[in-house]
Amino acid sequence: MEATVTPKDTSKKPFNWVEFLLNNAIAIILIMLLVVIVIIEPRFLSIVNFRNILAQASTRLIFALGVGGIIIAKGTDLSLGRQVGIAAVISASLLQAVDYAYRMYPDLPKLPILVPVLAVVTITAILSGINGFVVAKLKVDPFVATLGMQVIAFGLTSIYFDRPPYGAQPIGGLDRDFMNWAQGAFKIGSFHIPFLIIYATVVAVIVWVLWNKTRFGKNMYAVGGNIDAATVSGVNVFKALMSTYIFAGILYGLGGALEAARVGSATNRTGEGYELDAIAACIVGGLSFNGGIGTVPGIIFGTLIFMVISYGLNFIGISPYLQYIVKGLIIIIAVAIDSRKYKSR
Amino acid sequence: MDQIADATPAEKTDQEVTVGPIGSASEKNEYVLEMRGISKAFPGVQALDAVDFKLRPGSIHALLGENGAGKSTLMKVLFGIYRKDSGEILIEGEPVEFTSSKQALDHGVSMVHQELNQVRSTRIVDNLWLGRFPTKNGFIDEQKMKVDTQEVFDSLDINLDPHTRISDLSVSSAQMVEIAKAVSYNARIIVMDEPTSSLTENEVNHLFRILRTLRENGTAIVYISHKMDEIKQIADEVTIFRDGKYVGTFDAATISIDEIIHQMVGRNLENWFPPKTNHPGEVILEVKDFSSTNPRSFQGVSFDLREGEILGISGLVGSQRTELVESIFGYRTIQNGTLLKNGNSVVNRNPAVAIQNGFSLVTEERRANGIFGVADVTFNSTIAHLKAYLGKFSMLNDKGMREDTQRSVDQLSIKTPSQKTRLSSLSGGNQQKVILGRWLLTSPDILLLDEPTRGIDVGAKYEIYQLMIELANQGEAIIMVSSEMPELLGVTDRILVMSNGRMAGIVDTKETTQEEIMTLAAKYL
Repeated sequence: MEATVTPKDTSKKPFNWVEFLLNNAIAIILIMLLVVIVIIEPRFLSIVNFRNILAQASTRLIFALGVGGIIIAKGTDLSLGRQVGIAAVISASLLQAVDYAYRMYPDLPKLPILVPVLAVVTITAILSGINGFVVAKLKVDPFVATLGMQVIAFGLTSIYFDRPPYGAQPIGGLDRDFMNWAQGAFKIGSFHIPFLIIYATVVAVIVWVLWNKTRFGKNMYAVGGNIDAATVSGVNVFKALMSTYIFAGILYGLGGALEAARVGSATNRTGEGYELDAIAACIVGGLSFNGGIGTVPGIIFGTLIFMVISYGLNFIGISPYLQYIVKGLIIIIAVAIDSRKYKSR
Repeated sequence: MDQIADATPAEKTDQEVTVGPIGSASEKNEYVLEMRGISKAFPGVQALDAVDFKLRPGSIHALLGENGAGKSTLMKVLFGIYRKDSGEILIEGEPVEFTSSKQALDHGVSMVHQELNQVRSTRIVDNLWLGRFPTKNGFIDEQKMKVDTQEVFDSLDINLDPHTRISDLSVSSAQMVEIAKAVSYNARIIVMDEPTSSLTENEVNHLFRILRTLRENGTAIVYISHKMDEIKQIADEVTIFRDGKYVGTFDAATISIDEIIHQMVGRNLENWFPPKTNHPGEVILEVKDFSSTNPRSFQGVSFDLREGEILGISGLVGSQRTELVESIFGYRTIQNGTLLKNGNSVVNRNPAVAIQNGFSLVTEERRANGIFGVADVTFNSTIAHLKAYLGKFSMLNDKGMREDTQRSVDQLSIKTPSQKTRLSSLSGGNQQKVILGRWLLTSPDILLLDEPTRGIDVGAKYEIYQLMIELANQGEAIIMVSSEMPELLGVTDRILVMSNGRMAGIVDTKETTQEEIMTLAAKYL
């Protein structure tokens, strides 16, 4: 009986430049943009810029990894930004410096950072858990379910945010330790690595392990790839979807608190529109709305590409309006190329 | 649309013809379609290796080969779904290279797909004239659509209301509509891929009547099927592929089924079925008074299953066989009924519990609830058995998963470029083997197989029968639902016959006949 067929040599086919260019178009566009940026402004190539790009991409990566799991499970999450907002506002309100005049809770003692962070992570985990329940149990389309949650979460954040004594004022004057938690860096001599980069790296590693080395991950891919086949194969679809959404909620909560500390203040509009950036990063990183496909390195790539573009174009003074157009084009090109790849030719 | 069909081949002779390896000018008019030296490679697999295919007008030409032999690939090349690496395609002597099915249709080449591609929420007329709605003053001409549809239906002896929704039609009626659509395009060439796989005998006969009518009108039909008796019945010529290579073209009237099989597999299958060596032992499973929650589905089914036994379940389409086995597996809910395994009551609330209880189910619809098309072979092989690979800190052991997958690949002779290959790029037979492998890894005591050999070539079928008998020999209890009478008679020990949701009887395979089973199947109709 013959076993595995050994791959036949297909290299004899002439190298197809068009195919190559199309299949790597996004990387090529990125390289070309970088070359243009460097030609216009050679100072772009510096460790400082490199570090800034990575640091600014950090929270975005955490969000993208959250929604990425949901997309792999053939869902989507429009409530991401508003969940980030609720986490940012609540964590900021609980971590204002004790000597700051306009505190939301004037009598609150200085809390260890972990307490508010755990609190907001719990809240977003619950909100996302509700998303998961509505999708998995009530069989509501994820787009609709999370659209509803987006609006609800904004309402909740606004009620919490806009109340006496100070009304709809940005929550500022944050505790120094809290800000340092996100803005600080490891210093080794003159070289320093921002904490944010470390957090994002740790999160990415954890997510990679979860997706690739655990039943949770395999079940997530299974549900996204073919929900009926997953059921027949003994996958608990409800549990798989619930854990995927809840895990995303945990990342939103963590990222939301980091976002408040990074910016140094929070309002009920913090996080607005973040879901679109995160979903765009996932899609450019090779995830498919058809589910079952996607990798952590892909999402990292997708997140970085947007960061490099906006940072680089800012650096050479390109209008932010023009940047929107470039980003939009990249999203469309990326997906167009991807759908081309999956047509087996 | 009309001009194409009316043009005779002779009118196109002034067209320059590039001479292929076997082509000569005088042959041109003899064939409506010539495919010469077609090659197509996928990463790791030479799917077609310089194959030829010639189709005469007014004939039914069976295209045969095992799964993965290249039949479907050749047809996809014809329709421009795949781009060929080399070779040429001539339609009535004229070289063509389609880039879309629409273009093919415009040249009178049409395909009736194995999986019907219809807009199921709309009416027959909307599907038939989709993409070319007749208009009057800028609006769609409903009246003309209806009249024209009726005309096509009349010519084919199809009795359907043109305003019926597709979703309300049976599979066979939907297929008739698809054929009518091809005819409405004045197609000179119609390709049919496994058209009878889900039809009843009466429906098959109707289909054949239509095919003969089409043949008389000069239409050429490419007929892809695995069912030998049908080919003998309907085909004029037979072309056989093996492993992506052209084996030969034969006269269907003179070639024997044995010879066809010999040419397809490249070896003699002494018997269609492996020798039965298994011996049923103790009762392992008792099914008592099983009734579905759906009152129109099965009711009051009771039987038992022995270790080392292969129990067949027979019945007509709609006799609720699939519903029965899926309910045993906990994939559907039951109203009442008990399962006793080794004398102990087990409740398969859902598939996960059923797997724990030692049950496995290979489902009927591979694509719908069997494979994970975008995932690789390893994933597909191990997904039902992940628990076994849990190591330290609940991490999965990749090495164990790879080794088990490799064992499946070797044991079942799965043809795949690598374990990392996406399942959707394997042939149907190999996909089925991967799924079988998935379930064997869970080491079930009771293996439920729902149409395990559907859409699979003769060689792979034999391998699956062999595997079933081997497993039964090792004490495995197997239930096989099948619509193919020969395999039920050839492989099973007993056959349970379902009729209209009720159990019509259980017969001993050695003593029964096809007639007895058919009589039982009609018992409660």
